[in-house]
Amino acid sequence: MAASPEPYDTIECDVLVVGAGGAGMRAAIAAAEGGCSVTVVTKSLLGKAHTVMAEGGIAAGMGNLDAEDSWEVHFADTMLGGQLVNNWRMVELYAHEVIDRVLELERWGGIFDRTEDGLIMQRAFGAHSWRRLAHVGDRTGLELIRTCQDRMVHTPGVDVCMEYTLTALLKSGDRVCGAFGYNRNTGRFVAFKAGAVVLASGGWGRMFRYTSNSWECSGDGAAMAYQAGADLLDMEFMQFHPTGMIWPPGARGILVTEAVRGEGGLLFNAEGSRFMLDYDPVKKELSSRDVVARSIYKEVQAGRGTPHGGAYLDVRHLGADYVKRKLPSMYEQFHALASIDITSQPMEVGPTIHYTMGGIRVDAETAATTVPGLYAAGEAAGGLHGANRLGGNSLGDILVFGRRAGVAAAEFAKTGGAIRAIDEAQIATEQADLLEPLAGHAGGSTSSENPYKLHEDLQLAMQDDAGIGRSEDSLQRALAAILDLRERSAHMRVSGGRVLNPGWHTCRDVTNMLVISEAIVRGANERRESRGSQWRFDHLEQEVEFGKVNFVTRRADDGMRVVSVPLDPLPDRLRPLLQRSRFYDAAKLPKGYMTDTAPAGDTTGKTN
Amino acid sequence: MAVVDQPAPSADAPAEDVLTASGLTGETLTLRVLKGLPGGEQAEVAYQVPVVSGMVILDAVHYVQHNLDTDLACRWNCKAAKCGSCSAEVNGHPVLMCKTRVDDLPAGPVTVHPLKSFPLIKDLVTDVSRNYEVNREIPPFTAAPDDGTPWRIPQQDIDRLYEFRKCIECFLCQDVCHILRTHEYADRFYGPRFFVRVASLEMHPKDVLDRRDQVRDQGGLGYCNITKCCTEVCPEHIHITDNAIIPLKERVADVHWDPVRFVGRRLFGRKGD
Repeated sequence: MAASPEPYDTIECDVLVVGAGGAGMRAAIAAAEGGCSVTVVTKSLLGKAHTVMAEGGIAAGMGNLDAEDSWEVHFADTMLGGQLVNNWRMVELYAHEVIDRVLELERWGGIFDRTEDGLIMQRAFGAHSWRRLAHVGDRTGLELIRTCQDRMVHTPGVDVCMEYTLTALLKSGDRVCGAFGYNRNTGRFVAFKAGAVVLASGGWGRMFRYTSNSWECSGDGAAMAYQAGADLLDMEFMQFHPTGMIWPPGARGILVTEAVRGEGGLLFNAEGSRFMLDYDPVKKELSSRDVVARSIYKEVQAGRGTPHGGAYLDVRHLGADYVKRKLPSMYEQFHALASIDITSQPMEVGPTIHYTMGGIRVDAETAATTVPGLYAAGEAAGGLHGANRLGGNSLGDILVFGRRAGVAAAEFAKTGGAIRAIDEAQIATEQADLLEPLAGHAGGSTSSENPYKLHEDLQLAMQDDAGIGRSEDSLQRALAAILDLRERSAHMRVSGGRVLNPGWHTCRDVTNMLVISEAIVRGANERRESRGSQWRFDHLEQEVEFGKVNFVTRRADDGMRVVSVPLDPLPDRLRPLLQRSRFYDAAKLPKGYMTDTAPAGDTTGKTN
Repeated sequence: MAVVDQPAPSADAPAEDVLTASGLTGETLTLRVLKGLPGGEQAEVAYQVPVVSGMVILDAVHYVQHNLDTDLACRWNCKAAKCGSCSAEVNGHPVLMCKTRVDDLPAGPVTVHPLKSFPLIKDLVTDVSRNYEVNREIPPFTAAPDDGTPWRIPQQDIDRLYEFRKCIECFLCQDVCHILRTHEYADRFYGPRFFVRVASLEMHPKDVLDRRDQVRDQGGLGYCNITKCCTEVCPEHIHITDNAIIPLKERVADVHWDPVRFVGRRLFGRKGD
């Protein structure tokens, strides 16, 4: 498009933060404290981001209940849970700093349940060696977001733009210098000029049929980063949370917090057998999420599923008073949505897409992406959780790396020179792209596509063929479906105007979800093994070679490329820490550099 | 108010979504949604929605968006009653659409209107920005200087605060409060949500600020005549009137009407004067 762009608003700031969940708000606070003017852009109202959905707590090795706990044990649990393909430096920083971040939250007015001594209470959670999750009831995410929100809106230098959608990062040369998008409520275009940009845009689950994610989780941030040339990391690792609601149909996928099991809830199949004793006799119901999710799936496949195709989760033995006190929102949720009283009836649960371990590739210390001026933190970033995230490690992640991203972006913005000029041609192209679905049926288009229908078709393809269990055949089917949907997406048309038009908004969501879905499928195809959340029916074992690499997705002139890059093995100073985990078993270490007996200098798994 | 009938989906409409197909009840719901833009006429548009077992109003609105009217605007996020985005007035009652079951409503058409107390943006979406401005006016949590030792707080203190911290900012209490609904005092009345907010700060054992004058003078606490409408609509079952507003009124009364303090102020001046 050579046409000059339609007039648009311009907002300038030192640091632009994309997303207002925990990571975005913590980044904004840090950048403002670093002396920068900060603009936070959120697709929703402030305080509604997906962080509110986190229920269980924040994992931190404070040892308030179990004196044996420490950052070292937390480090070991997180690495082993991630099957040793985590970025170990991120894990080290995380396990160290999350303790300070929890105490800081308390100093900002956040409340936590207490021990008898009045210290912060900690609860047991899957694959954590000790009772570790600082929590308040089963609404810790809400507490975190409200605390950060109140801190942020009272921090001088922070402005918030609510209900704006960003669609593209603006670049000046090789450097990111802002972002472009629109005000959802007016449809008016706006360009944000910034010295540095922090993507704290969360994860992506909406391309799957059954997910605990809200509409926002369409992967805009990662898609924009990819389009701007940033590397994405290990996109195949998508977490199925073992316990989502499965009935009624409209509630399917809604999260049932792991705190239910943390507080003593038990899983049974339709025959009344406590099947986790067979799948993981040590950790039982509190095994890692990948293991529990697969176990439920296997029970259902074996014909031992509940009437609606899941497992029973039972808390009746805990007593009604205890359940209502420690799991109040679960009590309310089942009562309101499923007409189930969980103190007298078991819950029916099954796996639901919950979290993205993969994400934008970042530097551990600074959260810098591979594009200058662009930072990423929280669920949008990859590396911390490896092949499987432990519960309680996401709320800690967003605080630790949100802060680090804010600090580093502020430093870059202050030292990186003046904000560059905006490329008007890029904006004109972007505007034309965005407006096409509103252009009616002109331009030779013979058929028009409903974006919601494309979205539903994508969800079915991803759920069926790139879901909890995958194979070469299913992934090829998924890829073919994605490529077909991409062609159809060129014909997306919607009625109405630009003022708060959800059909129009969905068009770009679909475009972004197609990019991310392709990355997931291509990554899953390359990783010919089963590891963590990645379960390949045609490659059931873990392979040494895949334990020594990460898969990087990047944009090439002729389309999407997935390459394997050698991962940095755990240094000698950290290796002994693994044994501090209660679940360390030398005979069952994840296959990879720790189990490799080949001589040094072996090149297996190097870049192709 | 005009009522526009929207035709039922034709026989050759796309095959039913696999999700709804598994729980279809065979019944049809008539959903009458108030559509419109500011300045224009708002009109109820009637949509026919196939009812699915356990369906909530937000499911029905989504069905309309996906199949009948992609331009219908509503706010929603979590669809699990945890974010407080999808507030609307269903059959005249302020509720969360994601938590309102179709089978809990009387048979017959169901009306869905936007929150009445806030300016309209489009269809079911209103401008709630005033709430965020009020929140900015309330001084944030402020602790005494940090001495570096871990805080020890009794669980009972947390239990008391926890009720207030459950608030998901759905603003249903602000919508139903007659002081705000009639708009007369909207600029000098914080509203129930923010009395809950102030109460949570005032009752925090580690907070050192005193917001009582502010909540009386700028917040208009005295306008509340404790009709408890807010408490009735709270989806989190917070006892807004009994546990937040009345104790706040007592604390304000303490500082302004306690005769000993009254004499003390006359003699020694007020804190901060």
